[in-house]
Amino acid sequence: MKKIVVLAKQVPDTANVTGDAMKEDGTVNRAALPAIFNPEDLNALEMALTIKDKIAGEVIVISMGPPKAVEILKHSLYMGADRVMLITDRKFAAADTLATSYVLAETVKKIGNVDLVLAGRQAIDGDTAQVGPQVADKIGFNQVTYVSNLKEFTDEYLIVERDGEVQTEVIKTAYPVLLTVTAEANTPRYPNCRKMLHYFRADLKDNFRKDELSVAEENDWIIPTCTMDDLGLEEDRCGLKGSPTKVHKIKSIMLKGGDLKMYGTEATDIKQLVRDIMKDYVEVN
Amino acid sequence: MENFYNENRKFYLNNIDLNEIVSDLENGYQDTGSEALHAYKEAQKWYEMVLTNAGEICANFIAPRAEAVDEQGPTYRDGLVSWAPETQENMKALSDAGYLGGMLPRKYGGLNLPVTVNTVIVEMVSQADASLMNLFGLQDIAVTVNKFGDEAQKNRVLPKFCKGEVSGSMALTEPDAGSDLQSVALRAIEKDGEWYLDGVKRFITNGNGEVSLVLARSEEGSKGGRGLSMFLYERYRDKNMIVRRIENKHGIHGSPTCELQFNMAKAELVGRRKFGLIKYVMSLMNGARLAVSAQALGIAQAAFEEAVKYANEREQFGQAIVHFPAVYQMLKKMQAEIETTRMLLYKTSQAVDHEDMYERKSQRGEDLKTELKYAVAMAGFLTPLTKFTATEMANKVAYDAVQIHGGCGYMKDFPVERLARDARITNIYEGTTQLQVVAAIGGVINNVLEQEWENLKELRIKELSADKDRILGFVEKLQQTVAGVAELKNKDFHDYVANYLVEIASIIYRCALFLPVAEEHTEKRELFGFFMNESITRIDYLISQINMLKKRYGESIVDLKADFVIK
Repeated sequence: MKKIVVLAKQVPDTANVTGDAMKEDGTVNRAALPAIFNPEDLNALEMALTIKDKIAGEVIVISMGPPKAVEILKHSLYMGADRVMLITDRKFAAADTLATSYVLAETVKKIGNVDLVLAGRQAIDGDTAQVGPQVADKIGFNQVTYVSNLKEFTDEYLIVERDGEVQTEVIKTAYPVLLTVTAEANTPRYPNCRKMLHYFRADLKDNFRKDELSVAEENDWIIPTCTMDDLGLEEDRCGLKGSPTKVHKIKSIMLKGGDLKMYGTEATDIKQLVRDIMKDYVEVN
Repeated sequence: MENFYNENRKFYLNNIDLNEIVSDLENGYQDTGSEALHAYKEAQKWYEMVLTNAGEICANFIAPRAEAVDEQGPTYRDGLVSWAPETQENMKALSDAGYLGGMLPRKYGGLNLPVTVNTVIVEMVSQADASLMNLFGLQDIAVTVNKFGDEAQKNRVLPKFCKGEVSGSMALTEPDAGSDLQSVALRAIEKDGEWYLDGVKRFITNGNGEVSLVLARSEEGSKGGRGLSMFLYERYRDKNMIVRRIENKHGIHGSPTCELQFNMAKAELVGRRKFGLIKYVMSLMNGARLAVSAQALGIAQAAFEEAVKYANEREQFGQAIVHFPAVYQMLKKMQAEIETTRMLLYKTSQAVDHEDMYERKSQRGEDLKTELKYAVAMAGFLTPLTKFTATEMANKVAYDAVQIHGGCGYMKDFPVERLARDARITNIYEGTTQLQVVAAIGGVINNVLEQEWENLKELRIKELSADKDRILGFVEKLQQTVAGVAELKNKDFHDYVANYLVEIASIIYRCALFLPVAEEHTEKRELFGFFMNESITRIDYLISQINMLKKRYGESIVDLKADFVIK
């Protein structure tokens, strides 16, 4: 019996970008993009469900986000998650990876006795790939990032493949551990119709009318939420306040063929690479 | 991401009122619990999700595997049949998502969907991979067990179907009993209160499946349909049936077509003895005919989309060929035929839903004899009419789609080549087109659609009132023609012109279904006008053809075969 937590994020669908996807100031026009389940988080959830299907377990999906992120949590339930939780608070707004990982890590700690944490490698909006590793550090778990294949798993250990650019590492790890998962790892299952029937009316407590609440509660239709106070977090470490990253400027860059240059693996090649990077990207005052 | 639950399907499905049907299916919305539906609106919302999810699986999971399935197909070794690996993946995806018991009650693990909603799913599965529909659509076996089996049989078999643990087959055809099922010879022998099957079945789709419904002669020495009963054979309970071979087919390569040998294989009687053909197989067959109609429409949709795409990409004489009248003429006809057939298919599914609903209500003791009788007549007429229409249409559409592709369409490199092969079976199995005519002609002569025509008269149509008059004029012409044919008391002549009459009925009914849609939705007017024009000329042609035949041949129509009968 394993307790598995999946970290999920609702993101703008950057794969289907239309003309008005970016505002004039260079920030993302979220209104113009449909909100979707971050694709690699679906791979993480699929991995969790695969493990649960074979060796008994409980899959808990948590997401930090605004109320409308409830949609991806419902999707998780349709796929087979056992429970979900929305971590939501106005004070979480504008969090960078440091603040986000603080909130998520505290949530995992609060859930308690977690054996495995799975997250997508990165989100398609920020593309940082930092949240998973930071959470692992904060909860004191070992971590394997860029997992592209779950080769073998038992109650005692996991064997995974970790994708590097030129090699694949095969890693055997005990629990507890945090893995970040890439799109290559699996094909996420489709929602199940019976589970959709069970949960399509599920929502946040605030969105039910008073007279509907008792039925909603009986039928397990209320998506639980957690606020900053519920988790007993330090306000200075949350949201904008807890985020040292300040976006200076966003530029729209079109890559041209000439931007790609290949280097060899000899020491001289690496030296050349460093020199080129210094020349192009490092401003020396 | 592409989704086969497209705007067109949504539009025509939403045009069908399922309110009463769903209310009955959902026990008057009186149930409680997390899965209970409490209003039609709620049910619609969930159906929409079920259909959208299916459309996504079909477009993004199943369709990309269709070519590989066609290429490899199932394999046969030492009596064992294995589906192509991609077919197995497809079935697993559909099963995991919960679609395999679409029309079965939830207590067995099903979804309890109306037939109409399930039909749209069948149509989408077929668009993605026509051969997969044969396996997916065989949940009709489970539906038949649910309708006529006893509790023990249902409890044993149905949950397995819903979980995707078993698949099914309907074992009817034999070497000497194809269209003529009354001459089925496979013997069912009763010994010490148990039944054993002995004999051969041929051309059995997915005969390797774990659960078969077998039509067999239970009354020794009898001849004809009344000596036949239906049996439930489960391979996991008995090993005395072997698959002798699988066929090498023209199309639907993904679906294994088996020859089965029963060697005193133990089976169970389903329902009542001697009702096998006349009741249970007819019911099973009607469900299958509806599914094959949906299959045909799905194939037509796929072929049409391929044709549109190719016509826009392919340039000849300095422009895309879509700009040539000869090409867009074909496309326009395809579009009109596909959309009007879709209206007819969904309407027919609704009629089947009505029939099921009145049967359920009657079983609960409600006195609904008149309603049930009407619903049975409507479903019984519209089912063969739709199969006749959809499967011939699909062949024509696939044929023209190949034509638009020119030489490329003849090559395996383009999907239309496969689609044309897959379409070819639809107007043959589950009753050939010629047998659909036999099944539908009675309804044309007895004017089963009388109430529909009356409803049309009452319909308040403002802007398209001239079209309404035209359609009512068609109805009158049809009736006159039927009367003219009946005057001549000659069975050969009646049979000779039957397909013309059934085609006229199909066209008029589709015009009648389209009219209120076009009245309400102005964006459909152009297509409606096109279809009306096509219909006027086609109906005129068919009627003058019948009149000409009557005048020229009449009683002597039988002479037309003289040149072909080998003495």
